[in-house]
Amino acid sequence: MKISARRVDNSTILDVSGNIDMSNSPEVRKTLLRELREKSVTRVVLNLSGVDYIDSSGVASLVEGLKASRESGSRFVLFGLNSSPREVLKISRLLKLFEVYDDETQAMAS
Amino acid sequence: MSQIAAKQPGGLKKPSKLGRAFLLKLELRSHPTLLCVIRGALEPLMEMLEFSPEQNRAIIRAVDEAVSNIMRHAYHGRLDQPIEVYCNRLQRRTNGETEQGVEILLFDCGPAVDTTKLIARPLEEIRPGGLGLHIIRGSMDSVEYKRAGHLNRLRLIKFARSSHGECGPTGEKPT
Repeated sequence: MKISARRVDNSTILDVSGNIDMSNSPEVRKTLLRELREKSVTRVVLNLSGVDYIDSSGVASLVEGLKASRESGSRFVLFGLNSSPREVLKISRLLKLFEVYDDETQAMAS
Repeated sequence: MSQIAAKQPGGLKKPSKLGRAFLLKLELRSHPTLLCVIRGALEPLMEMLEFSPEQNRAIIRAVDEAVSNIMRHAYHGRLDQPIEVYCNRLQRRTNGETEQGVEILLFDCGPAVDTTKLIARPLEEIRPGGLGLHIIRGSMDSVEYKRAGHLNRLRLIKFARSSHGECGPTGEKPT
């Protein structure tokens, strides 16, 4: 799994590639929380188009990111969800909780 | 059952369900980096068993969550403990039609699971964690835990044409 950050205006876009499971979800969590709590960006945008699998520990990291964004008054946005990540969020009844967009253009225009 | 049997005093009586030939057997250590190996092994097998892509993803998701739970809860993060995964083909007849399915058995040597704690948390609570069991149950047709001697055994079943919750182990037979 690789995760890299891009700064666009006052947003951070995090590009994730590979699969997110319990072996690497702590890294996702750490990166998300650092952006949301320490860097004071107005919006963190998570690009999941390169992620084919995400497990419950990865979902938990996303929920923590969402909570941190609410606490800091910033926005946490997802885009590019493939079938499996979308399904796991749906099963967990969390899909509607997140701001989800099809692609980066839509996410940045939101 | 070699690794697990070797850890048992006096050896392990092989569960009767394993007396038949299985399609796939995986022996692995409880290291999270091996989760991707399990997923990679199961995907082509489930394709071969003619599960749809959606069902395939559901099965992989359930097994991955179950193995993660073993690593986290049975072995408390220890990286060198044995886990075994067996896959068997199942068949059942419903309304005159034969349905193909898969039975997946997972074994570990951790302490017995307190079954009163095998309760998925309410999904209305928006908080991280505690989703694994819900995901397993939501992905498979049948999920059974059993203490077998010194082993924990989790049995997961899914049929190719069934919708979740419509079937159970009754009437299933191995092929």
